[in-house]
Amino acid sequence: MSRETALVNATWVEEHAGDPKVVLVEVDEDVSAYDRGHIPGAVRLDWKSELQDPVIRDFVNKEQFEKLLSDKGIANDDTVVLYGGNNNWFAAYAYWYFVLYSHPQVRLLDGGRKKWELDGRELTAEVTPRPATSYTAAEARTDIRAFRDEVIAAIGEKNLVDVRSPDEFSGRLLAPAHLPQEQSQRPGHVPTAKNIPWARTANEDGTFRSNDELTALYSEAGVDLTKDTIAYCRIGERSAHTWFALHELLGLANVKNYDGSWTEYGSLVGVPIEKGA
Amino acid sequence: MCGATRGGPSVEGIDVAKETVIQGVVVRDGEPVSTGYARLLDSGGDFTAEVPLSATGQFRFFARPGEWTVRALVPGATGERKVVARQGEPVDTQVDVAA
Repeated sequence: MSRETALVNATWVEEHAGDPKVVLVEVDEDVSAYDRGHIPGAVRLDWKSELQDPVIRDFVNKEQFEKLLSDKGIANDDTVVLYGGNNNWFAAYAYWYFVLYSHPQVRLLDGGRKKWELDGRELTAEVTPRPATSYTAAEARTDIRAFRDEVIAAIGEKNLVDVRSPDEFSGRLLAPAHLPQEQSQRPGHVPTAKNIPWARTANEDGTFRSNDELTALYSEAGVDLTKDTIAYCRIGERSAHTWFALHELLGLANVKNYDGSWTEYGSLVGVPIEKGA
Repeated sequence: MCGATRGGPSVEGIDVAKETVIQGVVVRDGEPVSTGYARLLDSGGDFTAEVPLSATGQFRFFARPGEWTVRALVPGATGERKVVARQGEPVDTQVDVAA
């Protein structure tokens, strides 16, 4: 994967507006944003009610993912273009799912919903129905997903990239600053993790920084990009965005997203935690 | 927008004693802006959070006590305002944007 195949811009989207094999998919943290207006033809994915298992803490399994995409009218040979608010935060998380289940053609709209809106491009509240498909997913890949034991084993061995805000990393906050601070687990970070907040990979308009800038960002923070890397945040979404930057834009092979992230790690009994910057 | 309440959204339902709230409204030429984003930057200028503006131009962050900057991005214009947040005393601010 490379920058050229992972990202599209707004012009590309407008040029493919009538292409039935290109499906725009909006994924927002604020799931009501789609109702107020979305790129014409886009379908909505709800990260909470549709991408998470309703009972156990896990994301949707292969069968659930197949049903979800079939119901949305997305076919295996469609090119899926994901976009959303907040620098494509949740769109990148959905992108990670599509790669996890080996969807062949998936892209992110650079800058996401924010750049589209700030550029004054068209949004509509009208929903365009798509006929149901019979989507078939592959077994979930495990080479891009990290589990807790692997994170503990990675302390001092692999790159651990904590992409939360400096206040969350140091233990002063337990959640991002636009969410209530109601969590009760221990604050801090995984020992030896480097703190590179996810949004530093993006420009103010939500587009990704250049590959040279991304390489400099991680290298200057002490991340050895020749080693294996595990990225984590609080619940795995922001770190999916960093996973996208490292794995898809820089093309680094051994990068995993730890979707259990701090809400799991910070609740484990007996694991090492560091506080402070 | 005529009739819109000035300032941030209602704090009803929020434990304001426990939280450190920064909220407000983004205004252009005296009127709230309904399309755009509010970004919360820490005292070092580092991005911390971003929320879309409500239909009445409002935003809210849960932060920690200290100095912050709220930066607003709307089509064709930006603006920012420095605020000092304190626990238990929601900050209600107005960010004016201009091209």
